[in-house]
Amino acid sequence: MSEFTILDLLDLDLKEHNHLGLSCIAGRTGLSRKITTSKISRPGLPLSGFFEEFSNDSIQVFGRGEQAYLHKLEAEHNLASIERLFKYDIPCCVFCDGADPSPRFTALAEETGTAILKTDLLSSDFSRRLYQTLDEVFAPTQTIHGVLVEVYGIGVLITGESGVGKSETALELIERGHRLISDDTVRLRNISDNFIVGMGENPLLAHHMEIRGLGILNLANLFGVGAIRDRKQVQLSVKLEPWDAKKNYDRVGEGSMHDHYLGIAIPMVLIPVKPGRNIPVIIETAARNERLKKLGYYSAKEFDQSVLKWLESESARNMYNINEETH
Amino acid sequence: MVTRDIKVCNRAGIHARPAANIVKVANKFDSELYLEKGTMKINGKSIMGIITLGATYQSTLTMICEGPEEEAMADAIETLFQNRFEE
Repeated sequence: MSEFTILDLLDLDLKEHNHLGLSCIAGRTGLSRKITTSKISRPGLPLSGFFEEFSNDSIQVFGRGEQAYLHKLEAEHNLASIERLFKYDIPCCVFCDGADPSPRFTALAEETGTAILKTDLLSSDFSRRLYQTLDEVFAPTQTIHGVLVEVYGIGVLITGESGVGKSETALELIERGHRLISDDTVRLRNISDNFIVGMGENPLLAHHMEIRGLGILNLANLFGVGAIRDRKQVQLSVKLEPWDAKKNYDRVGEGSMHDHYLGIAIPMVLIPVKPGRNIPVIIETAARNERLKKLGYYSAKEFDQSVLKWLESESARNMYNINEETH
Repeated sequence: MVTRDIKVCNRAGIHARPAANIVKVANKFDSELYLEKGTMKINGKSIMGIITLGATYQSTLTMICEGPEEEAMADAIETLFQNRFEE
C-alpha cells in the first residue's frame, strides 16, 4: 500500500460486522489527507492541554467523554486547546455515537481543512473495527502468480509455471462445486503475523479467468454466485510441476513440507502433472486430508501405527510358534 | 537480466487486446517477462495479470526480462509499446 487517504477509507467496501458507517459532515477539502498509521488516538489529553506524546498522525476518535469535554470547553469559551489540536496535521476527526460537533468546532475544521467524519457506532465498537480495518490496510502484501480456490472450506493456493494447467484445474474444481477467489494474480496479505488472506488484485476484474482457446470468461455469470468468493484464508499450497521421473515425490505423506509467504508457513504439497492424472481430484483429496489433519487425524501416521501394531502381533504369534516347537 | 522502463503510449491503456499482444510476443521467446507497476509485479506471460496492472495512458511500467533471449525479448516488447500495440 503506497498511499491511503481518508477518501480511500470512506471508499472501502466493508460489510456487516466490519462496516464503519462513516460519512463526511465537514471539511471535505481534507479528504485527501493521508493516513500513515493503524494507530488510533482518543484526544482526551490534548483537549485538556497536554500535548506531549500526542499522536497527531493518527485518526482522532471522539467518543462520549471527549464530546462532553468539548461542550464544557466551549461553554467556558476556552478554545485554546481545540485550536491547537487543529494546528497539528491530523488526518481527520471522527464523532461516534451519531453525535454532531458544535458549529464552532465545525468552523475550525473547515478553516484548517480537516475532515470531520461521523458514525452511529459506539466509540469502543468503532475503535475496534477501525483498528482491524487499518491493520489490514497496512498489512504487508505480496502479489503472486497463481490461482486461489476454496475446496471443502480449505483455501487452496495453486501455483506453478505458466501453461502447467492452473486455470484448467481451477475450472474443473469450480465445475465440481468449489469456489474461485482469484485466477492468475492473487494478492496475499499477512494478517497480524498470524495467517495469510488471499484475494483478487482488483475487485472489478476478479472472478474472471483466461482459458486458452476460449479467452476471458466471467465465472460469476457462468457458474452463478455460489461459485465465487471475495477472500479466503490460504491454508494449503499446491505446487503443480511437470512430471519428472527422476524426482522423488512424497509417497507416504508423513513428511510435512511448507511454503513460506510473507513469513508465514503454509502446508504445501507438490503434485507432478502428466496426462491421465486427474489433478482436481488429487487437490480435493489433499483438501480433505488437510481438514482431517486439522481435526488431529493424520492418515499416514495412523496407517503406520496400524502397520506397527500388526507387525507386533505377528511377531508375538511367531514367538508362540517357536515355543511350541521347542517343547 | 534486462530492466527497462517503458511508457504506455496508446490512449486506451492496456486493455484485453494489447495484453493479448504482449503475451503473444512474450511467448515467442525462451525467457521470463515480468512487468512492474508501483508495488505490483506480475508475470508478463499472463493476460489477466497484465490487465490487472491497470496500466493507463502515459503510465510507466518497469519491464524485467530474464533468460537466454532476454535482450531480444526486451527489444520486441519495447517496440510493441512504441507502436501502440498497432492500434
